[in-house]
Amino acid sequence: MRMSGPSFAQRTRIAIHDQRLQGALANASSGLAAKRAAQKAALPEFEALRERAREVKEHVLAHLDGYLERYEAEVTRHGGHVHWASTAEEARNIILEICRQAGAKTITKGKSMVSEEIALNAALEAQGYEVIETDLGEYIIQLAKEPPSHIIMPAVHKTREQVGDLFAEHHRPLGYAKHLTDIGEMVNEARQVLRGHYFRADVGITGGNFLIAETGSSVIVTNEGNGDLTQTLARVHIVTAGIERVVPTLDDAQTFLRLLARSATGQEITSYTTLSTGPRRADDLDGPQEYHVVLVDNGRSKMLGGPFREMLRCIRCGACLNHCPVYSAIGGHAYGWVYPGPMGSVLTPIINGMAAGYDLPNACTLNGRCQTVCPVKIPLPGLLRELRRQQFEDGLTPRTIRFALKAWAMLARRPRLYHLKMRLAIGLLSRIGRSRGVLSRLPLVGGWTDTRDLPAPQGGTFQQAWRARKGGRS
Amino acid sequence: MRVGLFVTCLADLMRPSVAFAAVKLLEDAGCSVEVPESQTCCGQPALNSGDSVDARAIAKQVIASFEGFDYVVGPSGSCMGTLRCDYPALFADEPAWRLRAEDLARRSHELLSFLVDVMHIERVAARYDGKVTYHDSCAGLRELGVREQPRKLLAGVAGLELVEMQGTEECCGFGGTFCVKYPEISTKMVDDKIAHIEASGASAVLGGDLGCLLNIAGRIRRRGLPVRVLHTAELLAGMGGEPSIGEPQEP
Repeated sequence: MRMSGPSFAQRTRIAIHDQRLQGALANASSGLAAKRAAQKAALPEFEALRERAREVKEHVLAHLDGYLERYEAEVTRHGGHVHWASTAEEARNIILEICRQAGAKTITKGKSMVSEEIALNAALEAQGYEVIETDLGEYIIQLAKEPPSHIIMPAVHKTREQVGDLFAEHHRPLGYAKHLTDIGEMVNEARQVLRGHYFRADVGITGGNFLIAETGSSVIVTNEGNGDLTQTLARVHIVTAGIERVVPTLDDAQTFLRLLARSATGQEITSYTTLSTGPRRADDLDGPQEYHVVLVDNGRSKMLGGPFREMLRCIRCGACLNHCPVYSAIGGHAYGWVYPGPMGSVLTPIINGMAAGYDLPNACTLNGRCQTVCPVKIPLPGLLRELRRQQFEDGLTPRTIRFALKAWAMLARRPRLYHLKMRLAIGLLSRIGRSRGVLSRLPLVGGWTDTRDLPAPQGGTFQQAWRARKGGRS
Repeated sequence: MRVGLFVTCLADLMRPSVAFAAVKLLEDAGCSVEVPESQTCCGQPALNSGDSVDARAIAKQVIASFEGFDYVVGPSGSCMGTLRCDYPALFADEPAWRLRAEDLARRSHELLSFLVDVMHIERVAARYDGKVTYHDSCAGLRELGVREQPRKLLAGVAGLELVEMQGTEECCGFGGTFCVKYPEISTKMVDDKIAHIEASGASAVLGGDLGCLLNIAGRIRRRGLPVRVLHTAELLAGMGGEPSIGEPQEP
């Protein structure tokens, strides 16, 4: 699924001039980076954990088929069902069929980025199901009819006042008359409203942060406990997860759990870490009667053998978003799809096509901060540059940019001509700008001079001055 | 010790004083400095725009130009990061060139980290009266680990007070062609940077990369703010009193 409509440039402009969004983004990014830094400082083995996590993921990717088969066998042994979906459409159809066979009317959902990726809610609602997001952030954006703007804090773009207005509008018909402004009161009201839904739900759909091959368990992490209620109170529990979520052992899952919350929200660990293994057993007091896992490929197996394989290490913590200056300038919606920030700029063109996501790999300064905070050491700037290389090869780079590049490279590859031409150009610019120190307007580089002056060249090139100083000897 | 100066295209064209400052600092440290005429640019515009054919051709030109020097030193973390971290990977399919690229990478250093880490310079003879703040340019900081070296040298400058601004490790929004392709995002980023510079109370901002400095100075001048912008090498070479980036020059 793709958001249609305005271009990247238009979305960017809207975001930068949206004062409320800018306020929300400023609050979020500075706080999260500091919290993560404090957690890292408090854990001496943090860097060793990152390296261990990278190694485990690399090992899994090298033996992905084996671990997935082992995982499937274990899920089956515990009475669950594994479904394989090679595309988003297949995944939707599998889930629709499970819901149909269950005779479902109401579906609760824990937070799942894969379900956003496959546009599950729209498909379920089109078939007449009542779908209720139970993660507070997801619930807020569901009421607002918006996509998530962050992979772990989907409503990070919303201010307290906006949430108060949304609740007032949607909760009043349910008997909640007060227009709330206090965050604690809002959370309480949402909990009360949601609690009723858990008990009515026929199907509960969650994501899966990790799938453990040796036990057949799926793991979710939440801070609200909504995932537990979603998956234990409904008759049918469906887990949706990408095929790269599998890890070999419980011990390995521990490695990732120690990194995940620290990297994501700057917590040591989330409030809830929940493992589920198959449906309710004969002597269990609760739990679902059916347990399904939908394993989604949707372009992932194609990444395995190519230059973007390392992206499959991603554990969806959001640290790269929280430390990205572009993300914190424009927010998640400007990226146009469900995955924003550095990780989204890599994934979106791969999953949706190079042309669809043209701007994303380019709208990056390659400052590299994302790579330094990634818990599994994904070389995000390198992958973005590889996407640019493929765009250039595929002829997707705009003609004006190609032309300018080629003209510059033609000179840069011919030092004598380069030095001659540059001396002339610099001499001219210097003479124009010298007295003021800057040039305010230059043709062809409006991107610079619309908002910035161009400092005038000092005059003459260094090479020229150096040769003069050395008396013509080189 | 023979050092080949990687001038960088921006210093060559926009601000030769940065390259002269580099020469002075290197010569004061006891290096014999040469400037190969066959250098133009490190090739980043091509490399970062996906044009690997031109990037490789320019890399070969740089590799050939600097063969035989004990060290290759440049006043830019960004360009030297390209030589050190990116060139070898460009030649995955050309083993002979890959070896030459790796050899160049081993010999290549950003100026101030070279002075401190390789030449073991503790202090330079410079004076600057004023409060300054230092912007950590991204490539120097994250690719080459340039962080303490400039601060160490600045700490020894007579009259200078270094104050750290908030978010000193955050990108200024330059990003090479990024700043002209996505001017609104870039401007928002540089405005955030300038807000931190102003809040620090410094009257000058220093940095190790001309790209960042032209961006910051260009925006500062457009907004009519009084903050001076200088390359760290200029100040350390005793040229901190010259017109700063974007300031009117004497006729």
